[in-house]
Formats: sequence, structure tokens, C-alpha cells
Amino acid sequence: MLFTTERADFDLIASWVKPDERVLDLGCGDGSLLKRLIAERGAHGYGIEREEAGVQAAIAKGINVIQGDLEQGLSGFDDGTFNHVVLSRTLQTVRHTERLLSEMLRVGREAVVSFPNFAYWKNRMAVMRGRMPVSEDLPYEWFDTPNLRFFTLLDFESLCKKMQLVIRERQVLDEQGKLITEEPNFLGSLAVYRLGR
Amino acid sequence: MNVGRAMSIGCVVPQRVHFTAPLVLKSGAVLPAFDLRYETYGTLNAAKSNAILVCHALSGHHHVAGYYAGQPDNIGWWDNIIGPGRPLDTERFFIVGVNNLGGCHGSTGPADINPATGQHWGADFPVVTVEDWVETQARLADHLGIEAWAAVIGGSLGGMQALQWTLSFPDRVRHSLVIASAAKLSAENIAFNEIARQAILSDPDFHGGNYYVHGTRPLNGLRLARMLGHITYLSDDQMAEKFGRRQRPGAGSYSFDVEFEIESYLRYQGDKFAGLFDANTYLRMTRALDYFDPALAYDGQLTAALASARASFLVVAFSTDWRFSPFRSREIVHALVHNGQPVAYAESSCPHGHDSFLMDDAYYHAVVASYLQRIIL
Repeated sequence: MLFTTERADFDLIASWVKPDERVLDLGCGDGSLLKRLIAERGAHGYGIEREEAGVQAAIAKGINVIQGDLEQGLSGFDDGTFNHVVLSRTLQTVRHTERLLSEMLRVGREAVVSFPNFAYWKNRMAVMRGRMPVSEDLPYEWFDTPNLRFFTLLDFESLCKKMQLVIRERQVLDEQGKLITEEPNFLGSLAVYRLGR
Repeated sequence: MNVGRAMSIGCVVPQRVHFTAPLVLKSGAVLPAFDLRYETYGTLNAAKSNAILVCHALSGHHHVAGYYAGQPDNIGWWDNIIGPGRPLDTERFFIVGVNNLGGCHGSTGPADINPATGQHWGADFPVVTVEDWVETQARLADHLGIEAWAAVIGGSLGGMQALQWTLSFPDRVRHSLVIASAAKLSAENIAFNEIARQAILSDPDFHGGNYYVHGTRPLNGLRLARMLGHITYLSDDQMAEKFGRRQRPGAGSYSFDVEFEIESYLRYQGDKFAGLFDANTYLRMTRALDYFDPALAYDGQLTAALASARASFLVVAFSTDWRFSPFRSREIVHALVHNGQPVAYAESSCPHGHDSFLMDDAYYHAVVASYLQRIIL
């Protein structure tokens, strides 16, 4: 479990949340993002986390954390409950990709999804050298990674098209967390999307 | 929580309070006066802002923690969670345990003398509800000078009281900890209660509930009720591990004597319980469980029923609990989330079924401790 207190995508996500909006953070870990959204943006936040250590740490922070497994879907949450449903660096670990994306846009009006771009040039270089990439945004060895799916900006956008999801905004960051505007699928290490129906 | 210094509260003394203002019950019946038996642990602070009420389940009572002088083995039923350094930290909180009205451990109940008749209440003792208990507990809070509880906590039927507190007195409870509980019983759950009641009601020694004057007690019925209940509080895996198909010495007699260890265990538990508990109380406790359904007055909409609550919630369930399954806890959680009310939910994999809420499970206790530590006094 990653207990990073700051992630590059958090700044972007925070900038998209307005006061009093309701946010659901899927795979919220120790609740760092939610704590920030509550403190800085005045949001009403809930999180879902599977791991005991994350749940306990989030409870200790006073976060509204709900223990559960995203693979089970979001049944029980009513349609349109949230303004934003966030999935930060977690989509690549999920088996039921399409179902989860659909569920996010059922319970929320907007889905915010960030994921590591497998087509980032350093990742391409690693594969060219014959090795699986290990980087800031793909920090695991092939044998201990929780990541199940490896995909690129183009792959993801193709899925969005197939699922008829509307891409409202896309921001792409390099390994240092700086915004990338040109050749995003080559120069971008982490992608952050706002999706709607 | 500093686990290293966690210890028992030590020797405790039960107390009693007599209330003389008439109590109108949900059923419409009126009790002109009643007693509550209770215990307290820790010290009420000057602001009276550090009080936690512990609500008990079916067979519980006011002796929640510590032990009595000269009775070192008479340890409170939830001693493992209460004390200095324990999740309900008595160095920080003032903790109150109470025997519910209709009980058989010192609060007014069916075995007591009805002042109007000079006879045991017996069958005449009214059916009490979760709402009635919360009403009496509020009177106890008044007596102790507690305007609002920092938290109300309970498991199972106790969790229903913790939930009802937030609805009956939204301004008098800041946090509600609802553990291994439900917003209402399922048909299956009521069915188990009905069999338990039928075991008691059909016992020839029950005498319509007035067995006290006959000098009898429906021990056999109570024993059966407890044996049935006990099975539903355990998990199948845990029973398999603890007893399996192990047989008693000398088994194989092709009779109906005790052949298997599980039979011996259930008979022992049934006998022990029947010797200590009052059957009329058991009937009323199970009925209180059945009737509890705060959504009933809102066309079955739990979201509407919970909307008036102003407390923050911690809901805890256990994955091996099939009597009050995690699904039932998640119903409460989802209703609160729908309403935008504050709630945290943890699901422990403690293997002890419904009884897990009484166990010293590390994750479960850490969750409760973490939640209570963030309460501002």
C-alpha cells in the first residue's frame, strides 16, 4: 500500500473540486487526498478502501472511509450521490475495468481517473532494452506489482469512445509532476482525466 | 493507544438509581417508577463532555468491565475493550454501563415485585422496546449530569440502541458506534427468536410467565433457547475447528446421550445460562430485537429515518457473522452516505461469527481505538 502524502495528480484533482461538493475517492488508502479536499476545498468526502491498514489510518484521520472491495462494484450507493468519483492510480489494478468505470458514472456525475501511461518514453526505452519499466509512476518490479493492466493514453481513450464516455478534460504529467502539453502519449508519465456521460 | 500499558479497570462497584416520574412505554403501558442498575468507569470531566454509554445485547448487563471485590473471576462482559490504555480508555473517558429495563441483573424487570399488586410482575411486565431503553438511559444521563454523550456504543442489540440514540435524542449523542448490528432484523432472524421464545413458552414450568409464584422456572425452555441462539452466534468454520466431529469418551453407544463434543458444549452453555438468566427477560429482549425498525414510520425508507441524526457514525461488521451479516451493516452505511452524513465502516475478518464483537480482535479494537481517539472532548 502506498502512503504517499502528496501525489502529483492531487493538485489537479483538488483544483477541480468546488466547496460543498461531494467526493467519493475509490481506493482512498489512508485518506490523504480526501483530507486535503476537505481542508482546502471544503468538500464532503467519502472513501472506499480494501486494506485494513488504510482503513484504520483513514479513521484515525477522521475520514469517512468505507471498507470494501472495488471489484464488488459500488452496489448500495445510490445513483448520482456524488459530484466527483475519484480513482487515483488504481484503474490499472482493477480486473473489472469497464464495470467500475460505469459504476463511477452511475453514482457520480463526474469520474476523475488517473493512471500511469505505459507508453511514456522511459517505459518504451525500458522495453526496448528488454526490461519491464520501473519508474516514479510504475514503481514496482514485474513480480510484485499490484498492477493487472498496462495501457496507454490512446488505449484508454479508445475504451472511453467504445463506452461512450465523454472526456471533459485531460491533463498529462511527467515524472516530476510537470504538465505536458506536447506529445502527451510519449512525454507523459501520468494521465488525469475528467469523464462524464 | 499505548497497548503496552493497557490493563483492566480493576475493582468496580455497581450502583442503582430510582426514578419516580412515570415512564410511558412505546406499547402504551405505563411504569409508575423503576430502578436502573449501572456501573461507571473513569472520571467525568468538568465539562461533562467525555461520557460514553455502553449498551448491552441480549444477555448482557451493567457489569461491563472490571471485577467485584472478592470475586476476581466475575469479570465484566466487555472487559477487553475498556480500561486504562484500552480502546475505551478510562484515562480519557467516563464510561457508563447499564442494565436495561426488563432485565434480570438489578434493573426493574419481570422477576421484581410489582408495587401495585405485591406480586412478582411476571407476565404483567410490559414488553419493552429499544426506544424505551433509550428513554430510560436518557434519564440516567440526566441523573449523572450528562447533557450529551461523547459516544454511545453497542454490539448487536446494543448497536440498535446506539443507533436509536441518534434518532431519539439527536442533540445528546455526538458519536454512535454500531457494531455487528442491523437497522432491522431479517425474517430469518425473527424466526430464530420465535423458536427461542416457543421453547420457553411451551415449557410446562413457564406457567404463562408467572412461574415465580409456582416455585418453578422454565429452565428447559431457556436452555433450548440459549442452545439455539449460541449456534447462531458462532461461525461454521469456527465450530468445525473447535469441535469438528470429535466424540466424547465412551461414545458409540447408539443412544441419545452426549456423543459429540459439540453436544456437550451446547448442553453446558445452555445449563449455565438457564441457571443465571430469567426467561421472562429473555422473551422481552428478543421481542425488542424483532420490533426494532426505525424505517417503519418512513415507508421503509432508512435514509428518511436516519436523516434527523446529527451524530457521526462508526459502523463495524464481521465477515464471519451470519446472524448480523456485514450486508445489514452496509445498509446503515449506505443510507448515511446517501444523506451525506458522516460515517466510517470497517469489516473485520475475525473468525468468531456474531460473537466476534466481544473478542479481542486486533484490527477491530484498533479501529474502535482510532475512532475514539479523534473525538474532541
